[in-house]
Amino acid sequence: MTQMQNPSVATHAHHEPHGAHVVPVGVLLAVFGALMVLTILTVAATMVDLGPLNIWIALGIAVVKAALVALYFMHLRYDSPFNGIILITAFFFVAVFIGIALLDSTEYHPNYEPPLGIMK
Amino acid sequence: MSTGHTIASAAAGHDAHAHPPFLAHHYDTPEQQFGAGKLGMWIFLATEILMFGGLFCAYAVYRANHPDVFIYAHHYLDRTLGGINTIVLITSSLTMAWGVRCAQLNRTRGLIICLLLTLLGGAGFMGIKTIEYKAKWSHHLGFGQANQYLPGKSAPTDQSPHGAEAASSANTAAATAHPATAIADRPARTTSIEVDPNSGTPDEARIKPPFVQPAGLASRASHDGNHRIQFDDLGPLDRNRVFTFFSVYFVMTGLHGLHVLIGMALITWILVRTLKGHFSSAYNAPVDLVGLYWHLVDLIWIFLFPLLYLIH
Repeated sequence: MTQMQNPSVATHAHHEPHGAHVVPVGVLLAVFGALMVLTILTVAATMVDLGPLNIWIALGIAVVKAALVALYFMHLRYDSPFNGIILITAFFFVAVFIGIALLDSTEYHPNYEPPLGIMK
Repeated sequence: MSTGHTIASAAAGHDAHAHPPFLAHHYDTPEQQFGAGKLGMWIFLATEILMFGGLFCAYAVYRANHPDVFIYAHHYLDRTLGGINTIVLITSSLTMAWGVRCAQLNRTRGLIICLLLTLLGGAGFMGIKTIEYKAKWSHHLGFGQANQYLPGKSAPTDQSPHGAEAASSANTAAATAHPATAIADRPARTTSIEVDPNSGTPDEARIKPPFVQPAGLASRASHDGNHRIQFDDLGPLDRNRVFTFFSVYFVMTGLHGLHVLIGMALITWILVRTLKGHFSSAYNAPVDLVGLYWHLVDLIWIFLFPLLYLIH
C-alpha cells in the first residue's frame, strides 16, 4: 500500500492533462498478483467442506476481487466518487432484488412437489 | 450587467485557449467532456450489472430450490478450463489497464502492444469457451430441447439415439467416458430392454455398457474425497430439473461470451483508431471507456466462475 501512495502523488502533478489519473505499473502488477492469489484461493476453498459457509466464502472472495478490479483497473479509487456511487448502487439493487426474491421462493415447494412415487 | 460580464469573460476564455479539435462545442473544457463521458459510461455499466442481476436472481432461486441438482450437474463443467479462463480474462484486464496507462502517457507503441495482447486474451477466452461448449454439446447437455435431461423428452434408453450411439461406440475408449452411457444406465426413467449377453447375438451395440461416470469425474471425485451426488440420489422432482442448470449455465455464460465478443470488436476499433493516430495524452477517452467495458466483462466473470464451476 505504501508503494501505491507515493507514485500516485508524484504522477498527480505531472501527467494530468485532462484530469485522469495514471495508475503506476507497480500498482497494476500488485493488483494482478492479488487477483491471481485470490483465484487460487477460491478454487482451494472449494476443496474444503465448510457446509453452508462455502458459498459465502466464494462470494466474499469474488467481492474482494471485484473491488480490486473496480478500484484500480477501473480507476474508481482516483475517480470522482459519483462513479463509484453508481456502481455500488447497481450492486445494491441487484442484492435487494435477489434477497427479496429468495425470501419466499422456497416456500412454494410443497405446492408443486409431487408426492413420491408419482413421477418416476 | 453581471451576466453580460460573465458571458464576455467566458467568450474571451474560449478564444484564449485554443479549442482542441476533439472537444465538442457544448463542453467548456476537455476535463468536463471526459468526466461527462465517463459518467455516461458508468451509468451504462450499471444497466449492464442490473441486466446480469436478473440472471443471477434466476440462478439464486433455482439453486435455493434445487441445491442437489446444482451440485450434481455442475460436475459436468470442467473446473480446470474454467480456472484457466479466469486467469486469461484477468490477464487481459491487466493488459487493458496497462494500455489505458500507455494512452495517458502518449506511448502509442505500448498502447498498440497492450491492445493486441488484450485481443489475444479475449480470443483465448472464447476459444476455451468453444471447447467447453462443444464438450457439452457432444455429451447431449445442450440448451432446452437439445438437453438430455429435458422432461418429456424420450427417455435416453438403449434404443434412443443417444443410447444407441453411446452403446455402439462402447468398445472405444472415448465412449466409456461418455455421460450418455451413464444416463442411459440409470434405472429411474429407462424402460431398457434387457439383452442377455449370452443370447448368441454378437451385437455389442445392444449390450448395455457398464456404469461409468461422466468424463473427468472419477479423478475429481477422488480428489474431493466426498460422496458425489449421483443421478439416483436426486429426488423425483429434481431429476426433471437437471436441464435447468444447463439452461442457466448457457444463458449466463452465453450472454457473458457475447459481451466478450462485443468488447473484442470495440478493442479492434480502438486499435484501428490508435494506428490512425487519433489518441494522445490529451485525448484518450475512448480507450478509457472501452477499457471500463472490458473490465466489467472481467468483473462479471469473477462472479460467474465460482457460482457455476465451484459449487460445493
